[in-house]
Amino acid sequence: MRIKTLLLFFPLLFLILLGINIIFVSSRPTPIVNQLIISSIGDASYLNPVLAQDSASSDINSLVFNGLIKYNRDLQGFVGDLAESWEIRPGPEPEITFYLRRGVLWHDGKPFSAEDVKFTFDKIMDEKTQTVRRSDYELVKKVEVVDPYTFRVIYRQPFSPGLGTWGIGILPKHLLEKEDINTSSFNRNPVGTGPFRFVEWVSDEKIVLEANPRYFEGRPHLDRIIYRIIPETSLSEMELLTKGVDHYGVLPHQYRRMSEIPFLKIYSQPSLAYTYIGYNLRNPLFQDKRVRRALTHAIHREEIVQYVLYGFGRMISGPFPSHLWYYNPNVKPLPYDPEKAKKLLAEAGWRDTDGDGVLDKEGKPFRFKLITNSGNDIRRDVGVLVQRQLRELGIDVIFETYEWSVFLKNFINAKHFDACILGWSLSPDPDDYMIWHSSQIEKGFNFISYVNPEADRLWEEGRKEYDLERRRKIYWRIHELIAEDQPYTFLFSPIGISALQKKFVLLERDSSGRETYRPIQMEKAGLMYDLIKWYVPRGPVMEK
Amino acid sequence: MARFLFRRLLQLLFTLIGISILSWIIITQAPGSPIALTMDPKVSPKIIEQMEKNYDLDKPIYQQYFLWLKKLFTGKLYSFKDGRPVLEKIAERIWNTLLLNLVATLIIFSLAIPLGVFSARRPYSFLDNLGTFGAYLGLSIPGFWLAYLVILATVKLFGYPVLGLRSFVIEGLSTPEIVLDRIWHLLLPASIMAIHGIAGLSRYTRSSMLEVVRQDYIRTAKSKGLSEEVVYYKHALRNALLPIITLFGFLIPGLIGGSIIMESVFAWPGIGRLAYQAVLARDYPVVMTILTISAVLTLIGNFIADLLYGVADPRIRYQ
Repeated sequence: MRIKTLLLFFPLLFLILLGINIIFVSSRPTPIVNQLIISSIGDASYLNPVLAQDSASSDINSLVFNGLIKYNRDLQGFVGDLAESWEIRPGPEPEITFYLRRGVLWHDGKPFSAEDVKFTFDKIMDEKTQTVRRSDYELVKKVEVVDPYTFRVIYRQPFSPGLGTWGIGILPKHLLEKEDINTSSFNRNPVGTGPFRFVEWVSDEKIVLEANPRYFEGRPHLDRIIYRIIPETSLSEMELLTKGVDHYGVLPHQYRRMSEIPFLKIYSQPSLAYTYIGYNLRNPLFQDKRVRRALTHAIHREEIVQYVLYGFGRMISGPFPSHLWYYNPNVKPLPYDPEKAKKLLAEAGWRDTDGDGVLDKEGKPFRFKLITNSGNDIRRDVGVLVQRQLRELGIDVIFETYEWSVFLKNFINAKHFDACILGWSLSPDPDDYMIWHSSQIEKGFNFISYVNPEADRLWEEGRKEYDLERRRKIYWRIHELIAEDQPYTFLFSPIGISALQKKFVLLERDSSGRETYRPIQMEKAGLMYDLIKWYVPRGPVMEK
Repeated sequence: MARFLFRRLLQLLFTLIGISILSWIIITQAPGSPIALTMDPKVSPKIIEQMEKNYDLDKPIYQQYFLWLKKLFTGKLYSFKDGRPVLEKIAERIWNTLLLNLVATLIIFSLAIPLGVFSARRPYSFLDNLGTFGAYLGLSIPGFWLAYLVILATVKLFGYPVLGLRSFVIEGLSTPEIVLDRIWHLLLPASIMAIHGIAGLSRYTRSSMLEVVRQDYIRTAKSKGLSEEVVYYKHALRNALLPIITLFGFLIPGLIGGSIIMESVFAWPGIGRLAYQAVLARDYPVVMTILTISAVLTLIGNFIADLLYGVADPRIRYQ
């Protein structure tokens, strides 16, 4: 019967195809290649350091482009990148002069000069350019190309965080001069000066870079870096197992599984971020410092870290990352102490007079709404735990989540909230003026309306001071003041975890040209700080 | 016929304009902005305002709509996310989605129709009941969950990559092996996407067959002395497949409209993921263009299904 065979033919064809494929995939080992495959959750947007806002783009830009300077490995001060050295002439209008490296070539072979730096600056300041980086340079009075290898910046007023902003990737003038920077094809075919050259970008699949043989610090030892876009971390885990990915950021719940895999090495380090509960200080409920301190005493932060982050978080006592120089180690986090909390609340007049289990004062119960954005599981879990912990003390918390844009527009920016769970991602510079200064209540990020005249003065001083030791003193004092006031309950600073295949080593040549392998180490500036020395040896690795 | 075509096409055009206006209102009035979504303490609000102005977001909504239309037709429509032409972004992904959906559809039709036909041959026999059970299972298992299980199982069993369009470490593979690798990466997501369709379509074919074999003309054919086999596989089957034409109407938009879930689970760079990300990022130009394209395809699909009915079934005539 013809039709009957036809009906049977297709299912058979399908099964045969599947069979051949299974035989193929089960018989093939993964070869070892001198390349690094990194998994990224999202695709990049602009391979242009001036326009990029997302972390995927920034990661790649940092390999393709160079800034004038970069943070050192402890994130405490700078080392030269495209600039060999620099000089700061302090004064009411400070001047920074950068002396640029000579003989640096763009990936297309053209020489790099101070004109490129000026061009990059002009593009950032152009209102038509869709960049958020412009805020960083608002205090620049003017810039000058002194000669092809000397570049000078003059500020309107002292502004020490300004130095770090010259770490932004420099763009080639000769390629972008006649282009509309927002829509130019350059943003997808970048040409930089960095250790790796751009090769290929397949949307939502991969971005490929290769070693730049003419890099000014020498050719990187790896041949190739591939960014793979895998939209879900549990899938990255699968690809890691099949060696289709070499490196990715592990979530706390994956840590145990990952640490049991023999060919992986796991690194961890506190991140430049923290999660907090912010109290709206316009709400009379939170205006008493004793109440805020009582709330912090009552919130069991160790428990939160244990249950929500599987232990991968650090308690912090103030608004800075705990592993950096401006975090004041003498300020200890308020301990978890429900008794102390009760005492403080009683002092402030909050007692359970009607025996309903909820504290009250002048007939009003201690009740408030705690809000956060939906879609963030960690914040949701924190909220639920906090609600339960405060309940034990007789505080009635209503916990609600809202979609991010609604949350921002209708609640946070409108200052229409009691308390919120949020987090800050910070830069290595301690200047968080926009978050804490009282001038930032109306249009900035001080949405909790925190006012402390001494802190205000110190924030202003801190951004005028160029000397690291003196800055440290200023920020340590700010840390004390904020810890005393507790306008936030600082919950934790998450610890970032990453997994890397063990095949990578650091290859170093001593003066006689002898090669030695060292294991890769986590630096404060990140695992990839020494990326240009990474290497995959062909034979078995002898670690020194 | 020509008048019918003209009237129908005009109708489609107005429907399309209506759809695009409605979608524009819904999308732009949803809370949030393409820019204010970041909360970066190093960015001053003044700059955010300037950036919104550069995207014409400060203009009244109807002006924005006409600007979008104008840019779409002059080819000057750029994505907010990466400043690239929207049509280019869609074009580079459309083949991936088309390939995946085409293979899934082929699998559905080549497995579901035989399954339905053979099930209906001996209704309520053991094999038929097994098929019914399998179909209910296939319909009720959530696709993304099954996909995760299959990925986990294949990784544990074979230790071979399954995600994406292809493997990344392909050093030392010969050309036929590279082809096999591509097929492997295609076959898994397509098969899982097809399960739902197979379950549905096989039931559909089965009941259609059972319906047809009870008809008078089948009895006539049998009484003429034709063999069971000929009656069943030729006369009955042809008539039973008639209603399946309706499915072609849904097929066309389905081929292009990517599956958000499967494309995400298999890290497949397709339209579904693009649309989803664009919605999350409030990338209005991309969202609107994808919506319009799928609206056009749905309308065309319905139109073609209408025409096909006329061709396949002589009882239907258009005035």
